[in-house]
Amino acid sequence: MSAVEMDTGIPLLEVENLKKTFSIATSLLRKPLTLTALEDINFTVRAGETLGIVGESGCGKSTLGRCILQLIEPDEGKVLWLGEDLTKLGSEKMRKRRQDLQIIFQDPLASLNPRMTVGEIIADPLRTLRPDISKTERRARVLRMMEAVGLLPEMINRYPHEFSGGQAQRIGIARALITEPKLIVCDEPVSALDVSIQAQILNLLSELKEEFGLTLVFISHDLSVVRHVSDRILVLYLGRIAELSPGHELYTDPKHPYSQALLLAAPIPDPKTARARTLEGLKGEVPSPINPPSGCRFRTRCPYAKEICADQVPPLEDIEGGRLVACHRWREIEAELTGG
Amino acid sequence: MENVLEISDLNVSFALHNSEVHAVRDLNFSLRAGETLAVVGESGSGKSQSFLSIMGLLARNGRATGSAKMGDVELVGMPPRQLDKYRGKDIAMIFQDPMTSLNPSLKIKRQLSEVLVKHQNYDEKKALKEAIEMLERVGIPSPERRANAYPHELSGGMRQRVMIAMALLCRPKILIADEPTTALDVTVQAQMLDLFRSLTKDFGTALVMITHNLGVVAGVADRMMVMYGGRAVETGHVDDLFYDPRHPYTLGLLSSTPNPAERAKRLTPIEGLPPSLEHLPKGCAFNPRCKFRFEKCFEERPPLEPFGEAERKKACFYEGQLLAEERSA
Repeated sequence: MSAVEMDTGIPLLEVENLKKTFSIATSLLRKPLTLTALEDINFTVRAGETLGIVGESGCGKSTLGRCILQLIEPDEGKVLWLGEDLTKLGSEKMRKRRQDLQIIFQDPLASLNPRMTVGEIIADPLRTLRPDISKTERRARVLRMMEAVGLLPEMINRYPHEFSGGQAQRIGIARALITEPKLIVCDEPVSALDVSIQAQILNLLSELKEEFGLTLVFISHDLSVVRHVSDRILVLYLGRIAELSPGHELYTDPKHPYSQALLLAAPIPDPKTARARTLEGLKGEVPSPINPPSGCRFRTRCPYAKEICADQVPPLEDIEGGRLVACHRWREIEAELTGG
Repeated sequence: MENVLEISDLNVSFALHNSEVHAVRDLNFSLRAGETLAVVGESGSGKSQSFLSIMGLLARNGRATGSAKMGDVELVGMPPRQLDKYRGKDIAMIFQDPMTSLNPSLKIKRQLSEVLVKHQNYDEKKALKEAIEMLERVGIPSPERRANAYPHELSGGMRQRVMIAMALLCRPKILIADEPTTALDVTVQAQMLDLFRSLTKDFGTALVMITHNLGVVAGVADRMMVMYGGRAVETGHVDDLFYDPRHPYTLGLLSSTPNPAERAKRLTPIEGLPPSLEHLPKGCAFNPRCKFRFEKCFEERPPLEPFGEAERKKACFYEGQLLAEERSA
């Protein structure tokens, strides 16, 4: 999809000033610690696009996916679905809204009830969310959906344990699609699968997206996979947005030092290119979100960090070309990289 | 180049209730001093079991036959007591999850120095000094402090570094790494791969990297072996296999792997599912998923045979440059 087409897309989902903290009890006597999983999260998802969310462990990407769906209640901020704030909806109204917003999980087998047949699993959201639909109609829809995701009709009475990881993920996808949602949050949907099966599922998702006019939020730690599926990509680091850019721009011209480092670290399946890369990679690991660095959260690993980075949190700046970057020094860094 | 490990006709099977499953069949290959060999395959391909059997680490119902010679030493069938003389000294193995391989109740320094006390007869003090030096060598900051920590006090990347340090303490000739970076974050994975590259160079250790990730293979390996359904289906130099794969399964793996440097319109997956080891198809095990199959593939199993000049082998009847054919199709 070209950038021009996407710019005309109306925002389906708007996330404003989202914040989520968890309190962690260490012992009975001590005050619990506060882990800030997400802070100052602002972005929109446009109708018909795939927004990739990428980051390392502990960056808050899964929490963000769950906050969008109100599976986790955010502390502050809004999640606007076509203008309506989901955080303010009562549970009854939110249930209705769930027809439009669905999720696919990482571990396909663990996310399927082992005591239910495939047919029951796929029909389940329909039974709870659309009780008006008759049993015959429900079964017809289940069969249609099984065909769409590449499952054979005779599998309808089998149980999850009889399926491989890839097939189980197809069941999970069919279950997400059965209510004809508009948006699906895919949380690491292919990470647990073998390479050859991973490609099957990625292709299936893009076919289904076309066929059903879906909007996807695609969460993954794997940059190659994210690039492959996404129109725009949100880079998270320790609970904050580092950069939000169209996919091509992010991969060819990353602005945030963390985006640059992530790209440099991504393994490239091409021996000559891989050998030619002389990487001065990132040092250290992601700090604990319980006691994150002051100012810019990336500064402790950033090769360009200066005093200002420790003093002030960098704002998410709107730079040209529909790109957002949260770095005090991105202009200087760019000048340094292109100039020297 | 001298061979440090010579595997011939290695078979691994597991006894089930009233049947037997063959996880590895007729494996033949050699590992050269100082090289990095990547062993690539999907779950159930036999890639891990081959090397667990060499280390004497098969599950209780597992059985290995054939030969794995490290110099004059035959590892297959050696009693565990005797194996302990070599394990950790001449041949070492590290795993995906370092937490399960470290003893949670012992300080890091104890676990490391023990290796040297046992294998090299060092006294405690000398062993500790050497252990701390090795921790520093594998990139652990303030190694003296970390040596006093328990495994749970370290991050995942640090623990994997400790495992590597432990494996390298006795300067083994062979290091087997089973998916060593799979559980790590991307930036930490890159650090680890860098570390493997420099360590094999500095210590002259031959590295076997068992992985499903072709990006990892491209970055570290000299040669590779692709396994499918318990057998080696293609072997050769990394560049040859990446740029001119001759087994359709190798081609399939390459076409399934997204490249962060380019955005392909569509990936070309391998259709179908990996085989069940209990019911392997007749003929070539890959035939149900193969685009290049013909009659012979259903009747006979193709042997792994050398072809061309560059020490390549493949187990496929189809003759042709698959990548070129796929692109022109």
